[in-house]
Amino acid sequence: MIHASLTELRAALDTQRISSVELATLFLDRIERHDPALNAFITVDRERALAEAANADARIATGESGPLTGIPLAHKDVFCTEGVLTTCGSKMLSNFVSPYDAHVVSRLKAAGAVTLGKTNMDEFAMGSSNENSHYGPVRNPWDPARVPGGSSGGSAAAVAARLVPMATGTDTGGSVRQPAALCGVTGIKPTYGVVSRYGMIAYASSLDQGGAFGATAADCGMLLNAMSGFDPRDSTSLDRPAEDVLREARREAGTTGPLAGLRIGLPREFFAEGMADDVRAATEAALTHYRSLGAQTVEVTLPNARLAIPAYYVIAMAEASSNLSRFDGVRYGHRAEHYADLDDLYRKSRAEGFGAEVKRRILVGTYVLSHGYYDAYYLQAQKLRRLIAEDFRSAFDQCDVIAGPTSPTTAWAIGAKTDDPVQMYLSDIYTIAVNLAGLPALSHPCGFGADGLPVGLQLIGNYFSEARLLNVAHRYQQSTDWHLQRPALAGEESGSAR
Amino acid sequence: MSLSNEQVLRVASLARIELTAGEAGDTLAKLNGILGLIEQMQAIDTSGVAPMSHPQELSQRLREDAVTEPDRRDDYQKTAPAVENGLYLVPKVIE
Repeated sequence: MIHASLTELRAALDTQRISSVELATLFLDRIERHDPALNAFITVDRERALAEAANADARIATGESGPLTGIPLAHKDVFCTEGVLTTCGSKMLSNFVSPYDAHVVSRLKAAGAVTLGKTNMDEFAMGSSNENSHYGPVRNPWDPARVPGGSSGGSAAAVAARLVPMATGTDTGGSVRQPAALCGVTGIKPTYGVVSRYGMIAYASSLDQGGAFGATAADCGMLLNAMSGFDPRDSTSLDRPAEDVLREARREAGTTGPLAGLRIGLPREFFAEGMADDVRAATEAALTHYRSLGAQTVEVTLPNARLAIPAYYVIAMAEASSNLSRFDGVRYGHRAEHYADLDDLYRKSRAEGFGAEVKRRILVGTYVLSHGYYDAYYLQAQKLRRLIAEDFRSAFDQCDVIAGPTSPTTAWAIGAKTDDPVQMYLSDIYTIAVNLAGLPALSHPCGFGADGLPVGLQLIGNYFSEARLLNVAHRYQQSTDWHLQRPALAGEESGSAR
Repeated sequence: MSLSNEQVLRVASLARIELTAGEAGDTLAKLNGILGLIEQMQAIDTSGVAPMSHPQELSQRLREDAVTEPDRRDDYQKTAPAVENGLYLVPKVIE
């Protein structure tokens, strides 16, 4: 049951081969046993989870179950959950019990999914390794001396170690796709505006987007279907008719190959220097497999892609400095114990409540927005943002999806990049242009690197092409078994999931 | 473009983050590394390019001017460090 797909779990629950309470207990026991070594969770709420599971069982008994009713779930701790500690990985919110639910949380509650807990993350989603969490680093289930990626590292590690079958995440510059790649799971970030940001603690509002983690594209699609939808409380939520992102994956494959006619664009810039040899080998092998499924590959170019990192960090830090001004020690969050006056209360509460990387980003953001520098930095970054978005527009004239590596390397050692923020930022090279343009993209496992660590392939689609992306990854997963490989946890053997 | 120690302290003051003299040195080195990375943008000629502030360039939605939220002041104030009679408490600001 631990390694079953969501479709298999659905069938098991509906035919009463297992109850939701039993299923939740199975995973809660697994968390209890393995999470002390991984640190993927900040909060586990057994009592609440079992109560939700009992409600789900009642719903299933009356035949009112939806696709996710009774299935265990974990939320990244960036999502506000009513009555539950919501820390965002920060000391600032170490005492924050949210008075309301994020839109994503309320949708998944309504769907009957059973929340087991809240996952660890880089503080305020700022990081690429999960080492910026106030609650300690998450360890990669494939090698506990390595990082899981970030910022949704807890969600990715929890799904990889099968402490939970599905988890939510957020992706501002790669924070779903990169940890999915480093932990060997599937993760999707939809088109900007598809998932409501209401109750999702803001980092960089014009880039932040909720996303889904699962073992497979099909599992991610089931979770994304339940998370997505218009929400008037988010001013950038898109009012579009509901769609089933698995509709293409469910279709019968044609006789000429499941992906016949699909044009996969390979950006010249993504295959230039900078990619590790083992990542390159796994990526090339995946592309060969895609050709065997009927797809053809074409070279495309994203000439401004190299400017995505500086443009991204200017925009993200500027927006962060503005968003995080709300943490003032007055209305919620940490307040310093000793202070001289109101201004001193702000300064000390923020100095004590924020970690080093969060402070750095606020400071750079404040600087680039300050008088005399706005045009040179923020405005210039927004102009580059348009050039980058137009590069993608031109590329999609020649192809249906874009493929390349998700991360230039496999998971690195904990501590290897913590002293050099710039090196850490450069690890986001393949993911951040997607957020600047607002496009959907996913990462799926496509092999292993030199140290036996997972490699992820990134698929980028045009706006609102989630169904196509998931179909492409699904066909790959129907004919490969990289996504079924599982790490060896203490006391367990590694191997294939099924 | 690199920052001086004084500028870092000034930015920290604008951002309302207390920075001790000891912290300022390490922060300065790291911020200058980040600004060096950002500086790459200046090499590109973007004259005539319109800035893009948002992926979906839509205008903001309007709604009827109606009360849509219930009064949950007590719930929201439970998370505050100090409140009294429905008000947030801060140190005295007017002598």
